[in-house]
Amino acid sequence: MALRGRLNSFLRVLIPAFAQALGLVLPLARSSPLGATPGEGTIHAIYESRETPRFESKLDSLVAARLNALGIRPRLCSDAVFLRRVYLDLTGTVPTAAEAGAFLQNPNPNKRQALVDRLLDRPGFADYWSMRWGDVLRIKAEFPINLWPNAAQAYHRWVHDAVSTNKPYDQFVRALLCSSGSNFQVGEVNFYRAVQNRTPDGIAAAVALAFMGVRFETFSSGQRAGMIRCFSQIGYKPTGEWKEEHVFWDPLGASKLPDAIAPGRASLLTPSGQVPAREANTLPKTLPSNAPGKALMPDGTELLLPANRDPRELFADWLIRPENPWFARSFANRVWYWLLGRGIVQEPDDFRPDNPPSNPALLDYLAGEFVASHYDVKHLCRLITTSTTYQLSSLSHSRSPEAEANFAAYPLRRLDAEVLIDAINKIAGTTDLYTSAIPEPFTYIPEDQSAISLADGSITSPFLALFGRSARATGMENERINTPVPAQWLHMLNSTHIQRKLEQGPALRQLYNSSKKGRDLVELIYLTILSRSPSAEEVATFEAYGPKPPQGRPNPAADADKSGKQIQTPNRPYSAKTNREWLDLSWALINSSEFLYRH
Amino acid sequence: MNLSLPLTRRDALRIGLFGTAGMLFVNSRVWGANEAPPELPVPAAGASGSGIEPKTKSIIQIFLWGGMSHIDTWDPKPDAGRDFMGEFPGTLPTNVAGIQIGELFPNLARQADKYSLIRSMTHRNNGHETAAYMMQTAHVPGEGLAYPSVGAVVSLFKSGDYKGLIPPYVVLTQPQGRFCEEGFLGAIHKPFATGGDPNQQRFEVEGVISRGISDERQVSRKQLLASLDTLGQAMAASPQITVSEEAKKEAYELILGPGRDVFDLSKEKSGLRDRYGRHTFGQDCLAARRLVEARVPYVVINYPGGWDTHSNHFPTMRRQCPQLDQGLAMLLQDLHDHGLLETTMVWCCGEFGRAPKVDWQPPWNGGRNHWGAVFTALVAGGGFKGGHVVGESDKHAEEVKNRPVYPIDLLGSIYALSGIDPNSKLPHPMGLDATVLPPLTEGVKSGGLLTEIM
Repeated sequence: MALRGRLNSFLRVLIPAFAQALGLVLPLARSSPLGATPGEGTIHAIYESRETPRFESKLDSLVAARLNALGIRPRLCSDAVFLRRVYLDLTGTVPTAAEAGAFLQNPNPNKRQALVDRLLDRPGFADYWSMRWGDVLRIKAEFPINLWPNAAQAYHRWVHDAVSTNKPYDQFVRALLCSSGSNFQVGEVNFYRAVQNRTPDGIAAAVALAFMGVRFETFSSGQRAGMIRCFSQIGYKPTGEWKEEHVFWDPLGASKLPDAIAPGRASLLTPSGQVPAREANTLPKTLPSNAPGKALMPDGTELLLPANRDPRELFADWLIRPENPWFARSFANRVWYWLLGRGIVQEPDDFRPDNPPSNPALLDYLAGEFVASHYDVKHLCRLITTSTTYQLSSLSHSRSPEAEANFAAYPLRRLDAEVLIDAINKIAGTTDLYTSAIPEPFTYIPEDQSAISLADGSITSPFLALFGRSARATGMENERINTPVPAQWLHMLNSTHIQRKLEQGPALRQLYNSSKKGRDLVELIYLTILSRSPSAEEVATFEAYGPKPPQGRPNPAADADKSGKQIQTPNRPYSAKTNREWLDLSWALINSSEFLYRH
Repeated sequence: MNLSLPLTRRDALRIGLFGTAGMLFVNSRVWGANEAPPELPVPAAGASGSGIEPKTKSIIQIFLWGGMSHIDTWDPKPDAGRDFMGEFPGTLPTNVAGIQIGELFPNLARQADKYSLIRSMTHRNNGHETAAYMMQTAHVPGEGLAYPSVGAVVSLFKSGDYKGLIPPYVVLTQPQGRFCEEGFLGAIHKPFATGGDPNQQRFEVEGVISRGISDERQVSRKQLLASLDTLGQAMAASPQITVSEEAKKEAYELILGPGRDVFDLSKEKSGLRDRYGRHTFGQDCLAARRLVEARVPYVVINYPGGWDTHSNHFPTMRRQCPQLDQGLAMLLQDLHDHGLLETTMVWCCGEFGRAPKVDWQPPWNGGRNHWGAVFTALVAGGGFKGGHVVGESDKHAEEVKNRPVYPIDLLGSIYALSGIDPNSKLPHPMGLDATVLPPLTEGVKSGGLLTEIM
C-alpha cells in the first residue's frame, strides 16, 4: 500500500509533464465518431520507429543476410513497443505508468541497452525465468509428477537462486545431473524425481529433452541404449520423515530391495554386519569387478564407465563440453525461443537431423558466444535483446512464407497465463488466490504473491488453468498453450472475476475518482495499461463514448480542464463521463490485442 | 460381438468367465425373471467393434469428489453390525424386487428400475488424484503421457456433430482440478466451468451472465473495444489475430446470443424446481437436464461439497445424502418424462469408496478412510438398462466377491454406448502414440464390458 501511495503521488506530479511532453508527439485531437480507425500513419507512429534498422552486429548481420536474400525490408519497433516487449520478455511484468513515462521521455540514444541491463538485475527476471525453468524441469508437487509440496519448493528455490545469481549454465546442469541427497534439503536432486516414469529410460528421456533439446524417441535405439545405461544406477530411498527420500548413486541396487534401508524399517545389515539371509541372494557382497563397462553415446563417442564411478558424472563430462553437438546449441536455441517466440530450431525441444535450424550460422554463433562467455545466461539474454533483430516491428511487412522462420518480424504471442493475470492485478491493484488441491504446509502462500513467482505447478487458480499454464507433466515447451479459445474470451470480456477487479481494484478506482477527469486521465490510463500514449483518434473515440445527452439540451458547461484549454467534444464533455465509462475504457484496453499479446 | 484379439488373453478371459459365472450362481436373484443372463464370455473392455449399439447422445457425470462411502449408501450390509453400518443400519426395498439400498435414499429407492448399480467397482488405489485420474481416464499413471479425461475425449469425438453455442464439455459449477482434464488435447477441450450457483435468484454463469451489465452496455462496449483495438486492426490479417477474433466472436454469441437462455432456470416451472430440491445440487441437476436438451455432449456435476469424510462422517452423510437422493432421483424421472433417458447416460460415483469398517478412534471419531478395493457406481440411461445390480462385494463390502469392474470396463462401456472406438488414436501434439483406452496388454486388468446391462 505504501508503495502504491508513493507511486500515485509521483504520478500526480508527472501527469502535467506527460501531457505537455506528449502534446508534442500527438496531433491535435479532432472530433471523430465512435469507430474512427487510425490511419496508416498513426499506426506506424505508435508501433514503429522512423529509424532504419541497422544490422551491424555479428548476430544481426547473420539474420540480415537471410532477410536480404528474401528481399524483406523490416522496420524497427517504437520505443513504447520495445519497452513493453523487453519488460514482458525479461521480467514477465508490465511497466508501471511512471516507468513507461520515464523511459519514453528519456532522450538518451542508448536507453534501450540501459533498460535491458536494469531489467536483467530485477527480481522479476529471476521469478519469470524460474517459471520457465519450472515448466522444463517439471516443478510440481502433485499428479502426475508427485514431487510433494516441500520438495517442489526446495527444487524451485534452488532454481530461483541459480537464476538470480546467474549461475553459469554448465554448473547449473552439472548440479542437476550429479547431485545426491534429500529431496527436501538438496533441491536439485528433484530433477530425478520429477519424471512420470522413474526408470533409466524415463530419466534418460527427461535429460535429453531438458539439456539436449531432443525428444528421446527420435534417437535410434542404439543412441538411446548408451544414455539409458548412464542413468541405470540411480537409487531412491525413503527416510523416516514423511515423503522425504534420498536420491543417490546406487550401483548395487540396494534401494530396490524390499525393506530397503530406512529408519524404522528392517535394516539391510544385521548388527554383526552380515547380510541377512533373505537379502543375501539379491545383494552382491562386493562391488562388481573393476572392469569398465562401456556406453555408446548418441554422437558415437564411446564412454568408459568404470564400476567405481557414478555414471551420471561421466555422462555430465560427455555432455558439458563446448564440442558437444547438443548442449550449448539447445540452450542458446531455447533462450532465443523464450525471447523471440520461435526457435532457430523449431520446436525448440525437437533437435533432429531432419529438423534443421532455419539459420545454422546464427545458431552456431549464439552457441559459440555462449560457450566463450563461460555459459553466462544473462550475457546471452543481453546479446539477443539488444540486437536489432529482437527490436524489429511486429507489423508484418512481408508475405514471404519464409519470413517467420527467418525472424523478419517479432511474432505476436498471447501473454502467458501467469503474466496476464499479474498484469491485470498490477494495473487494478488487486490480488488473486492461489491454492493447491491438496492443502499441505508449503501450499499456503502470501496473498500478494505474483503468479509468475509461484514455485509449484500444483498451486494454481481457475484463471491459470483456463489460460493454458503448463501442466508440467512432460517438460515439453508446448505444454504451455497460449492459443485463444472462446472460454478465455468469456472470462476476459464478461466474468465477475475480471469485472470486479476493474470496478473495485484500488489502483483503478483511484484513477476513476481522480479530480483530473480529462485527457490527462485518458493519457494516464493508456500509459498504465498499454505503456504508451493514446493517439488522437483513440482519444476522440473515447470522448465520443457514452450515452448521448438528451436532444435540444446542449450542455452549456463545455468542458474545460484545469489549464483552461477548451476541448472540443461536441456531445460528450469529460464532466459528463461517469466512472462506468472510465471503467469501460480500462475494460476495452485490457481486452485489446495490444494488451493481450506480446508484440 | 467381437471375440477376437482381447479374448485370447488369458487374464481377461479368466476374469470375465469367473466374474460372470460367479454372478450367475451367487447373485442370480438380481436378474429379472424373463431376462437371459449375459452371454459368455463377455467381450473384454477395449475391443473394437463391440457390436454394441451406440445409443448415448449426451452424458451427465455426477462426480462425488472425495469418495462417497458405499456401505452407507448403495451397497449396505445390514448383517454386518454397527462397526460397519455405523449410524445408518437400515435398508430400503426398491421398486425392483431383490434390490435394497441404504436408508438415506428413499427417492432413489422408487427409481431403481431406471438405474443399475455396479457394486464391484475396483482399482485398489487409495490416493485421491491417482484414483480420480484412473476413474476419469482408465489409464494408469506412469504410461508416460497424462491422458485427457473421458469428458474431453467425448468432447473431441462429438466435435464433428455438435455445433451448439455452449462448449461441449461443461462442469457445474466448479472445476474438479485434480489433474489437467483436457490433457494433451488442448484448451479447446478443457471443461467449461460455469461458476455461479444455480440455486440463486440468477444463475450467474461466469463469463456468460454477468451482474449489472445490461445488454445495451455490452453492445456499446463491444463497439468501443472494436474501435480501440488498434493493433488488432493493424494486424487483422495475421493468423494470431484471426484465431483470436474467431474465438471472441463465439464468446459473444453466448454473451449476447440465445445460448445463455439455457442457463436461465427461471424458465422452468417453480413446482418442478421444488421437486429437484432448492439446493445447489438439485438445481445443478435441473441445469444439466437443460444442457442435455441443448445437446451438450458432456456435462459434469461436480458435487457441491466433498465426500472425503475421514472425520465428521455421519453428520456429513446425513446432510448430503438426502440432497443427492432428491436431485439424482428427480433428474432420472425428469429425463424419463422428457423422453431423454434413452439417449442420455447418467453415471455417478466418486474416485473410490470409503472403508466399510468405521474408525471410531480419535481423531476420526466415527470416520471412514479411502477405499479403492471395492465401491459402487450408479449408471442409468443412454443404453444402460435399469433395475440391475452388477457384481457383488463380500459380506463386509471390503473386497470384490465376484465380477470385478475396473475403470477400463466402466469407461469402455461408456465409450461403446457413445459410439467411440476405444482403440481410436488421440491426436497428440507430438504425434505420440495415444489411444482412447490403453491396449489390453499384459498387466492391464479388465473384467470385461458391462454387457449384462447394455
